[in-house]
Amino acid sequence: MAKILIKGGRVISPAQQLDDTCDVLIEKGKIAAIGKDLDAQGAEIIDADGKIVTPGLVDIHVHLRDPGLEYKEDIASGTLSAVTGGFTSIACMPNTNPVNDNLSVTNYILNKVKEEGHCRVFPIASISKGLQGESMTEMGELKGLGVYGVSDDGKPVSNAQLMRRAMEYAKPFGITIVTHAEDLELVGSGVMNEGPVSTELGLKGIPCVAEDAATAREIMLAEFTGAHLHVAHVSTKGSIDLVRQAKKRGVNVTCEATPHHFTLTDEAVRGYNTNAKMNPPLRSAEDREAVRKGIADGTVDAIATDHAPHHIDEKNVEFNIAMNGIVGLETALPLSLQLVEDGLIDLPKAVALLTCGPAAALGIPAGQLEEGGVADVTVIDPELEWTVDAQKLVSKSKNTPFDGWKMNGAALCTIVGGKIAYRR
Amino acid sequence: MSFKHKHILGIEQMSKEDIEIILDTADAFKEINTRDIKKVPTLRGKTIINAFFEASTRTRLSFEIAGKRLSADTVNISGSTSSVVKGETLEDTARNIEAMAPDIIVIRHGHSGAPHYLAERVGCSIVNAGDGAHEHPSQALLDVMTMREHKGRIEGLEVAIIGDITHSRVVRSNIYCLSKMGAKVRLCGPGTMLPPGIEKLGNVKVYTDMQDAIKDVDVIMMLRIQMERQSNIMLPSLREYARFYGLNPTNVKLAKSDAIVMHPGPMNRGVEISSVVADGVQNVILDQVENGVAVRMALLYLVSGVESMQTS
Repeated sequence: MAKILIKGGRVISPAQQLDDTCDVLIEKGKIAAIGKDLDAQGAEIIDADGKIVTPGLVDIHVHLRDPGLEYKEDIASGTLSAVTGGFTSIACMPNTNPVNDNLSVTNYILNKVKEEGHCRVFPIASISKGLQGESMTEMGELKGLGVYGVSDDGKPVSNAQLMRRAMEYAKPFGITIVTHAEDLELVGSGVMNEGPVSTELGLKGIPCVAEDAATAREIMLAEFTGAHLHVAHVSTKGSIDLVRQAKKRGVNVTCEATPHHFTLTDEAVRGYNTNAKMNPPLRSAEDREAVRKGIADGTVDAIATDHAPHHIDEKNVEFNIAMNGIVGLETALPLSLQLVEDGLIDLPKAVALLTCGPAAALGIPAGQLEEGGVADVTVIDPELEWTVDAQKLVSKSKNTPFDGWKMNGAALCTIVGGKIAYRR
Repeated sequence: MSFKHKHILGIEQMSKEDIEIILDTADAFKEINTRDIKKVPTLRGKTIINAFFEASTRTRLSFEIAGKRLSADTVNISGSTSSVVKGETLEDTARNIEAMAPDIIVIRHGHSGAPHYLAERVGCSIVNAGDGAHEHPSQALLDVMTMREHKGRIEGLEVAIIGDITHSRVVRSNIYCLSKMGAKVRLCGPGTMLPPGIEKLGNVKVYTDMQDAIKDVDVIMMLRIQMERQSNIMLPSLREYARFYGLNPTNVKLAKSDAIVMHPGPMNRGVEISSVVADGVQNVILDQVENGVAVRMALLYLVSGVESMQTS
């Protein structure tokens, strides 16, 4: 394996409290050295002058759609989309067909990643068998394969008793419970955030209390059981407040926010734009502000995309019947850097939210940059201007609300295990 | 004439002048409906498709009669006979309809935004005959036409609309139409049927007590309470609904003595409106239906791009 020297970049690794202009030498898939004026003999040189060098980015909320829904995305296309966006480690959700609720589906994913993946993939298994919300999966066995978290994402566990037992069972195995917090009765047949915009458009609303009430229940159960709870895609002021208070009480809880929830509001739905339809829905300006405040004050541990590819035929329909979700892997980095530009957080904080923050939230070995560690590295040009063209996304699906947006910042080079997986 | 709209998607996009042009045109067409031979050649050779993907009797009949009285060829398709039940997408249905070269598609659809979706994808004119809980522009226009006939003006009128505000497209179109024409709108309904932000749509005040809402108003518009939605845990019973939100001979006296009573139909007698009031001297409910034909003739004519009304 070739030697690579990343020269003269601003190296930021919050986990190592590193923020310095220096070189990074990669050899045999590992970080051989981090320091000034390293010897470049025989190495391929990546000039990182004026650029940022970080641990490979980590996204703990991705729908790879493989197995079963490969017409939307598959492991090859999804992981290529990931490295294009600067990600070297992603966690994929279990709502595939069949559901990832057992050893053989997890093995299928891991084997396919070995054959055709472009980055590391950490499968998240389901909490309940078949996502049916009735009985729990064989989490102990799954942990042995490298499953660090379980989630019934997209189909929340309604049964509080099952959630309690899943937390109690997962805890000694060190498995994180990732919750999609929504009270389905309160969601009803809603298709967008409930508020003045839904009233005006005549679309059924999903009230924020549907998320708040469910988040409250999950936090109470986590507090009661002591299990590690990770709250996925927090979108409301109420949920942010609940997580903040819980952390103060010492509850073992983490949470993530998506770029679309900290960037857009439900105003984006106007014109019945199905690429602004997702679950949880885009919320009010007040909720977006609360999410941003949660990012700034440390309530939010991670930025995660909820990358949810859908075929054009599933979006090019009336709003009511369009599928929920948008792709996000290729736009997450510049949207996160925008938070720095907006003065909300500093650059090392943004890097933390995209590396060690999500890694710690799910408990996966990633998001580090240290001598002797695996060489997962992303070289970022924070200034690079580019315009999103949905049709040119690497993902199989093109369902983005950011089509035509001018972005600042992109991954120039994504290195996975010492190999260049992507170069712009 | 300066009516520039190719489509009638909602009142939201219209100016006061647009609304006045439509009402004046409808006034001129109305007389045709009283003739022995109720037909003028205005839209001869034009094809109008009434695509009703959601059940409707009154509105569909009204659009069909309006088209026929203007000599257009009108064809109806309904949800139960259309390809929708066979799994065809709305876009494909629309493209197939368009391949048969209609001039106007009148669409009623259960999904809010369906007419806007079509307008972006087909070349002919789209007239919204009601989309989900969004808009029902021809209904608001016939309502305002009826008010103007009886009150001589719209400016300054106090109009109370009572009932299920959340699910009503009639309310949204009326809020836009009445606000643009200078009237004040009062809304009232059970707490479960008052959607957030409704007051932002126009010159609107929200009431929770019906007595307050109808006090001294010029117009009372009662909305149909949807019997089929009762499983939706929105109301304890129709009996209680009638008691707190029904119009009856006693509370109707709270309005101005010359107030008119309206209802978009179909009525649930004894629920939102008592028969005594529905058939009483203040009711203009059948005037609304009559004006509906004239308003729809005006809309079809105005979007057709035909130069002359040819009313004689």
